[in-house]
Amino acid sequence: MLTFMASDSEEEVCDERTSLMSAESPPPRCCQEARQGLEDGENAAQWMPWPPGTRASGPQPAGWSFHLESTTQTAHVHFHDTRARRRRAHRGRSLWPSPCGFPQRSQDSEEDFEDDADHYVCGGVPGQPSGLEEELTLKYGAKHVIMLFVPVTLCMIVVVATIKSVRFYTEKNGQLIYTPFTEDTPSVGQRLLNSVLNTLIMISVIVAMTIFLVVLYKYRCYKFIHGWLIMSSLMLLFLFTYIYLGEVLKTYNVAMDYPTLFLTVWNFGAVGMVCIHWKGPLVLQQAYLIMISALMALVFIKYLPEWSAWVILGAISVYDLVAVLCPKGPLRMLVETAQERNEPIFPALIYSSAMVWTVGMAKLDPSSQGALQLPYDPEMEEDSYDSFGEPSYPEVFEPPLPGYPGDELEEEEERGVKLGLGDFIFYSVLVGKAAATGSGDWNTTLACFVAILIGLCLTLLLLAVFKKALPALPISITFGLIFYFSTDNLVRPFMDTLASHQLYI
Amino acid sequence: MTAAVFFGCAFIAFGPALALYIFTIATEPLRVIFLIIGAFFWLVSLLFSSLFWFVARTITANKDGPIQKYLLILGVLVSVLIQELFRFVYYKLLKKASEGLKSINPDETTPSMRLLAYVSGLGFGIMSGVFAFVNTLSDSLGPGTVGIHGDSPQFFLNSAFMTLVIILLHVFWGIIFFDGCEKKKWSALLIVLLTHLLVSALTFISPHYGINLVSTYMIMLLMGIWAFFVAGGSCRNLKLCLLCQDKDFLLFNQRSR
Repeated sequence: MLTFMASDSEEEVCDERTSLMSAESPPPRCCQEARQGLEDGENAAQWMPWPPGTRASGPQPAGWSFHLESTTQTAHVHFHDTRARRRRAHRGRSLWPSPCGFPQRSQDSEEDFEDDADHYVCGGVPGQPSGLEEELTLKYGAKHVIMLFVPVTLCMIVVVATIKSVRFYTEKNGQLIYTPFTEDTPSVGQRLLNSVLNTLIMISVIVAMTIFLVVLYKYRCYKFIHGWLIMSSLMLLFLFTYIYLGEVLKTYNVAMDYPTLFLTVWNFGAVGMVCIHWKGPLVLQQAYLIMISALMALVFIKYLPEWSAWVILGAISVYDLVAVLCPKGPLRMLVETAQERNEPIFPALIYSSAMVWTVGMAKLDPSSQGALQLPYDPEMEEDSYDSFGEPSYPEVFEPPLPGYPGDELEEEEERGVKLGLGDFIFYSVLVGKAAATGSGDWNTTLACFVAILIGLCLTLLLLAVFKKALPALPISITFGLIFYFSTDNLVRPFMDTLASHQLYI
Repeated sequence: MTAAVFFGCAFIAFGPALALYIFTIATEPLRVIFLIIGAFFWLVSLLFSSLFWFVARTITANKDGPIQKYLLILGVLVSVLIQELFRFVYYKLLKKASEGLKSINPDETTPSMRLLAYVSGLGFGIMSGVFAFVNTLSDSLGPGTVGIHGDSPQFFLNSAFMTLVIILLHVFWGIIFFDGCEKKKWSALLIVLLTHLLVSALTFISPHYGINLVSTYMIMLLMGIWAFFVAGGSCRNLKLCLLCQDKDFLLFNQRSR
């Protein structure tokens, strides 16, 4: 699911969870400010951007069961924009979506604006042509597409590299309890029937888990959810990492003694738990999320039987579509509940790629100028891809600058895109399966990879257009499946024949 | 076959493309996106050509003999046609997208058509090269002896050089093609199509690598020179650039630092 979300609401949640954030971050008062519109400059200065990278995305789901259901509801992409939203509120435009991810149309925003000052629905008269909004959308669109391309690509590379080199993950060694029907049947019809039944069981488990999760969330059983997630991420970070490391060492015939192994796995797991559940540098957190997605995808590739895997991929895209877009879909209800409570939409299991972007400032005090402009330059910010999420950033932004003159806004914007880890996992499952099956054919893998990236691109384009929570699985998985089957059956014989005759097209 | 062969051939085939990507495309997100979309279009064109070949083969009921060879030749030629058709389709799409982008943010520097021509050509080229060569490359890591049955022992080198020239040709063809479309010079399109057909046809004489490669490289040089002039280069520009007297370029570099 892809959504836009301003991180105002997250500021408060993050207050409790992440202390890297500046303690004096003032409560967002964008609505009042927009109303007054006078002390704009002053207030703008007070709106310290919530430092990115300090979001503690929640723990991974525990084990199989939870993970199955959480994967489906993790197809989120959130788009944060505190500053830009406030700026627009300040300018009296209600262009950007509300914090909770659903865009407020300008007609509604007025009333919401009056009703609920805490909701940061930026109301006000749209005073700017809508072209400007779209310009900003598109201007930030390409960057965000790339911000998602890179982690998805990295996850796929890890999975494909492992599949191609470590034989363990392509060996058939039993099945999950969620896919009880075997595929070693004599007839094709029976095999197809078994895979469909496996899919039905798996999807119903996922649906049940998702509904359970939504119910828990609705009744505020946060401790239960957190405990569950912590258990599952413990399992992923320690047990699966241990197994993975063991298999890699076996493949390359490298000996490692138990003390070293214990130290390695302990360090890896402990730092991972801290980074994912508590605080940590954004890049490290992202790296851990990518690694656990890859581990989970590898487990799926190993334990899902052939045909079941493909049918499950198709079915889960349909489920994702239904769950996110239907009014009574569990994921949509989750989003709406989070919106009502002004909380981040389930920060667990969500990959976030927040980026801080400082554009120039006007009329600053020298002191504030130093503080706020350090260490970012606009060009540097835009060019240096890895500059987001620097932990030193929060310390730079100290309490509000009282003497901020004029109404030139400091155009600091924090924009991030979030994608659920379930999306990572299923993309990697598709590409990994394409790499595992097939006779060592790289063309199929590459075709699926390009297809998934194009699907993601299209989904992000739709996100930029519709600005509401969107499922990230359907388009990509559809393209991926189409290209897998067509490349495997049509393109591969053609390219093989060409290659054997050394013809080039 | 050794790791040296693997790395050597990999860098021969993909080195220039990688360098072009790193230095010109990787820094701009929009260009990366257009590159991947270009690669996707080439992939779709390959899909259609494979479908055609598959259908033709099923119609002739998979009989062995010279008919398979003729079918393959036909498949190759049809594939070239479909590739150029999809290049045209991509041009149309880019034109529409370009206009859309321009109308939405007039003061933003949207990529020019020339840049998009280069990016799309590179996308086509990279995808084409990768699909042609990656399986061969992965085989070169495994055990075996090249040419044990009397084939040429230079199989890998030849494939690598051929892949390189195809990638570069796609870049040049992209530039010339888009320019021809922009200026409505249909002769340019025809020449691109004909040279593409020629290059593919030259590979039919496959065991004779020398002629094949040399002529393809000559064609690549010609196309390169034509693309250079089409993209706005001139002898004067080139001289200034090589003698580091190009003021615009130097100033631009200084500014971005």
